[in-house]
Amino acid sequence: MLKEGAMKAVEASVNNSVVDPLKWHRRLPKLNWRGGFAVGAFLIAWHFLVLLKAPGFKEISSPVEVLQTFINQYLGNPNYWNSWVASFKRVIYGFVLAQVLGIPLGLLLGTRDTFHKLVYPVIEILRPIPPLAWVPISILFWPTTELSIIFITFIGAFFIIVINVHDAVRNIKKEHYWLALSLGASSGQVFRRIMVPSVIPSIAVGMTLGIAVTWNVVIAAEMIASDSGLGRLTWEGYVSHTVPVVIIGMISIGLAGYLSTIVVDYAEKKMMPWRTTR
Amino acid sequence: MTAKLHVLSSETNGESQAAMAPRPKEGHLSIENVSKTYDPEGARVVALHNCSVEIAPGDFLAIVGPSGCGKSTLMNIIAGFDNVTEGRVLLDGQLLATPTSPPKPGSDRVVVFQNGALFPWKTVLENVMYGPLVQHKMTRAEAEERAMDLLAKCGGLDKVAASYPPQLSSGMQRRVEIVRALINEPKILLLDEPFRAMDTVSKTTMHQHLLQMYRTCRKTIVFITHDLEEAIYLADKVIVMTSRPGTIKSTIIVNLPRPRTPEMMLSTDYLALKAQAIASVHEEAKKAFERGEREHA
Repeated sequence: MLKEGAMKAVEASVNNSVVDPLKWHRRLPKLNWRGGFAVGAFLIAWHFLVLLKAPGFKEISSPVEVLQTFINQYLGNPNYWNSWVASFKRVIYGFVLAQVLGIPLGLLLGTRDTFHKLVYPVIEILRPIPPLAWVPISILFWPTTELSIIFITFIGAFFIIVINVHDAVRNIKKEHYWLALSLGASSGQVFRRIMVPSVIPSIAVGMTLGIAVTWNVVIAAEMIASDSGLGRLTWEGYVSHTVPVVIIGMISIGLAGYLSTIVVDYAEKKMMPWRTTR
Repeated sequence: MTAKLHVLSSETNGESQAAMAPRPKEGHLSIENVSKTYDPEGARVVALHNCSVEIAPGDFLAIVGPSGCGKSTLMNIIAGFDNVTEGRVLLDGQLLATPTSPPKPGSDRVVVFQNGALFPWKTVLENVMYGPLVQHKMTRAEAEERAMDLLAKCGGLDKVAASYPPQLSSGMQRRVEIVRALINEPKILLLDEPFRAMDTVSKTTMHQHLLQMYRTCRKTIVFITHDLEEAIYLADKVIVMTSRPGTIKSTIIVNLPRPRTPEMMLSTDYLALKAQAIASVHEEAKKAFERGEREHA
């Protein structure tokens, strides 16, 4: 009797631990079949344009060729994955550094008048210089190529975040300030509880723009100055005239950028719960 | 229309079972010969000129006037967001504003702004708890209990306590704002055109909510509006302001009984007050119209 009961309990626990395939399926994010269809259609069109030797497509590899090259030479090749790691590292260092230095600078510029008068003109002169124009100086200044690429990547995102935060601070609703003061908040509390949350949406915008620019810059900088990374991989494919490698490089960059955007979007949703639950 | 009014009035009669709260001891506001000039060295824009008003504790004062007449300036001075150029403001005998003292906001005078100023990054409950918590007047648990209690009393707002302000209708947002002010036990509640952008039906409902709150937790109220009918319907005293420079043109004492019901707007007493008010603002409205002002009382 006792044994029977124990058996039943074990059975029940086994049943519970087995994931119901239907429920498991439901937990997956809803697949965007239209998006999948569009990607498929693009690949098919590409393939046929190459097969038909359409103008401009004579030297382009077909998606099948690219896939074959990828599976045979790159999928199991640690050098390929190291390119991913190298580029991601540069993007993350540059991006994070830009946020860590840019957000406080933007807050200071927005709140301190004297500091604003002193520093803002310098920023306005440096800001329009494209990140790639920094490459020569950066290579001369920094002791290693790695540092110079990270610096250029940082420049790409830095001014965007500074300007976004600065503008946000200047546009905080005066009613919010006033209310916090009349409800008894100290100036420190106004900073922490009014100013900081007020600029979060602009920080989010800065992050979205920043991550896109960072990828742009890192790839270009790698092509010019580096011997590793996805940009370098693409450039090497071009120099050695192996078109499938160029395309593998491009698609890898696209996927890497997409992945970063997903992460940034997720971070933004966490930063602004009041926006996402609408 | 009559049927609708009837329904509304039966609701309000239900609410009016609660007796009017006694007149509070605090909240006596005196505005004495106040003038305010912006940019005195340069353009010299006279926003207020020699304004004097006396409000007894627990009175409901409405200020009516065309836009640009300085009613918001007057409110900012009372709230402590702006200082005066001449004259002084006293609250229960204590100086609030003089030409020499810097403006000082305080939780004894809380404003509800016309465009709404709930913190969008805080939930309804956190917004309401903000005042007592930053002033360390209550513990988190006490503040939460008090906030939920007040929210429940104001038409079941406790149900949306966990929502963020952008998820609520503008009427609900405004009521939450009033609750956020009330939790601080202010001596004066300053309402700056709170129902400005609302349609007539929502406005009528909001009037009932406000009157209900006034009846149960009676405070001195300063209510700014450009809507003359609203002012007479809600207030004990209506002051009509003229513009450029902002001065007080006339004071209308509203002796309609409380509780106020929507049918009162059809009573002869109400209509007589309205006629009197219209006569006194007519000249002002004409001047404002000629100046190209679209909005006039």
